[in-house]
Amino acid sequence: MSDSKKEQHNHSTSIPHDTVLSAYRRIKTIRAFEDRLHDDYKTGTVPGFAHLYAGQEATAVGICSHLTDQDQIASTHRGHGHSIAKGVDVVAMMKEIYGRQGGICHGKGGSMHIADLNKGMLGANGILGAGAPLACGAALADKLAGKGHVAIVFGGDGGVNEGAVLESMNLASVWKLPLMFVVEHNGYAQSTPQHRTTSVSNYEDRAKGFGMASATVDGLDFFAVYKTAGELIQKMRAGHGPVLLECRTTRFYGHFEGDSQVYRPTGEVENARKNHDCLKLFAESASKIGISPKELEQVDHEVAELIDRAVQEALKAPYPALGELHNGVYVSY
Amino acid sequence: MTRHITLKSAINEALDQEMARDPKLLIFGQDTAGGVEAGGVADTWGGVLGVTKGLYTKYGDRVIDAPPTEMAYVGAAVGAALAGVPVVAEVPFIDFMGVCLDQLLNQAAKIRYMFGGTAEIPLVIRTMVGAGINGAAQHSQMLTSMFTHIPGLKVICPSTPHDAKGLMIEAIRDKDPVIFCEPKFFYDVSGTVPAEPYTIPFGQARVAKAGEDVSIVTYGPMVPRALEAASQLEQQGVSAEVIDLRTLSPLDLTTVLNSVRKTGRLVAADEAHPRCNMATDIIAQVTEQCFPSLKTAPQMVSAPHTPVPFSPVLEKAYIPGVEQIITAVTKTMTSPS
Repeated sequence: MSDSKKEQHNHSTSIPHDTVLSAYRRIKTIRAFEDRLHDDYKTGTVPGFAHLYAGQEATAVGICSHLTDQDQIASTHRGHGHSIAKGVDVVAMMKEIYGRQGGICHGKGGSMHIADLNKGMLGANGILGAGAPLACGAALADKLAGKGHVAIVFGGDGGVNEGAVLESMNLASVWKLPLMFVVEHNGYAQSTPQHRTTSVSNYEDRAKGFGMASATVDGLDFFAVYKTAGELIQKMRAGHGPVLLECRTTRFYGHFEGDSQVYRPTGEVENARKNHDCLKLFAESASKIGISPKELEQVDHEVAELIDRAVQEALKAPYPALGELHNGVYVSY
Repeated sequence: MTRHITLKSAINEALDQEMARDPKLLIFGQDTAGGVEAGGVADTWGGVLGVTKGLYTKYGDRVIDAPPTEMAYVGAAVGAALAGVPVVAEVPFIDFMGVCLDQLLNQAAKIRYMFGGTAEIPLVIRTMVGAGINGAAQHSQMLTSMFTHIPGLKVICPSTPHDAKGLMIEAIRDKDPVIFCEPKFFYDVSGTVPAEPYTIPFGQARVAKAGEDVSIVTYGPMVPRALEAASQLEQQGVSAEVIDLRTLSPLDLTTVLNSVRKTGRLVAADEAHPRCNMATDIIAQVTEQCFPSLKTAPQMVSAPHTPVPFSPVLEKAYIPGVEQIITAVTKTMTSPS
């Protein structure tokens, strides 16, 4: 057993059985949701475009497993995983992506704008880096309320170079906000490799520049993410200022659905799927802490049913009434 | 009780009374308090032209100095509002909106709609508009119509201390993002203002002066100029009605159409550049909706399509003034129908 495996095992022992199973269910749900969308996009039944989160699930779930509905997250264009990890209704998400009535945003947001304020999900975002200032505001509201709630903003290794994010790191530090900047380092900004977009290879160097505490973790290892994120979130709840957490991860699908990823080296994705799949790693670790394969299979079965049902309901749901066009604005001209 | 106070004081009073009414309300901006913790006198600035002066002393940490990073603090204001904490944030000059535009254009304006109508953004962005203080090209623009173009933003531009106070209180109590444009050239002009809090509903233009022969439709810094023009025209035997739009989005077209139906003539004036401004929009809508009432072709008064020049001589030539309004009115009184 390598040191890192030992470490992983140690992380996992302290987590309650129910928490582990619930995390597995969310990771599996995200994977199944994205795999299904990947297949269905090819059939032409899903309108628009989507950026799939498959491969990165352990990061979203490892962090969001510590959050309540009162804690708030701001997501990215690759937001399905964050939404499911935060507890947004999967059927309503699927309807939204299909542009149907009953969608979580009434069919008016689509994949890139899924939001559920009741779940503390402040929205996916079509603009890179734009969630960071919003999350500063949410964190300020949390700080003023004084109840120990926190905010999390997710960003990719490319997107966190946006001025909005860098300005927000400074603002969060000056205002001592309970805000975690999560850098999901999957190696690519769209098609461009990380070293061509970012002046540092380690985002903790950025955190130092803003006087922020930080950590780097294997984003494929749920138990490692859960442990490190938990410690940082605990500090923030206790009144500590902002933190940065870099999660090293990988992206199974292209930047968007339809991106064939020919820019990636031959075998990279296959290797990631075979040797660095967070779902497989999870199952291996879970078995060591007494979770039986049967329990996981039961979850797999239920998740498959849920995703099937979500797609069926989305396809059955009518499109929004045309009157919906003018709802949600203050004038009708 | 009604007193004579300046436009700047009227806005300060509105902020003060709303801060007292709603303990959750926050104010952010650059130098909003100003000079706090520098070692000298605290609360000396109150924003770059002093509109929030004194509020830090009264409300302490609810008046928050932000770093000069508009995108971060305007975005934080949007996020706080989304999380249920109302905010008035100051972007000192509307010219600086380019730095934070994404947070207004793509976030604040669209969140309610793209989230299916479920979100509220109780946010006011205070900003200063207009030329006349030798601020040059990047501190003088009239970019009101740019924001009016964007669904989801409300756009306000008062011309009097009375309207400034009532519209600011309305803006703070509104649940949508409001771009509150303050005509800085008239900050120190006084007018009658009731001492108690009051609101002026959005989407209601004001007849600033009644008249019979021609309708001058305008807003903000052009209103005092239109009133002066109307007064000079009166001596020439022309009775001009002056409409102050007050709120640019939502727009009160009914008051405009009723006026033009009565007078049959229209001059629309905007201190903005000539293409796609409020005046072009008013002329288009009046032409479309009450063409048969028009006795002569509508006329537009605007700034030229140039950046705002610095030299006082050039700036004076740039700003559309009383003379241009009188010339435009004269054209409507003489041009063939």
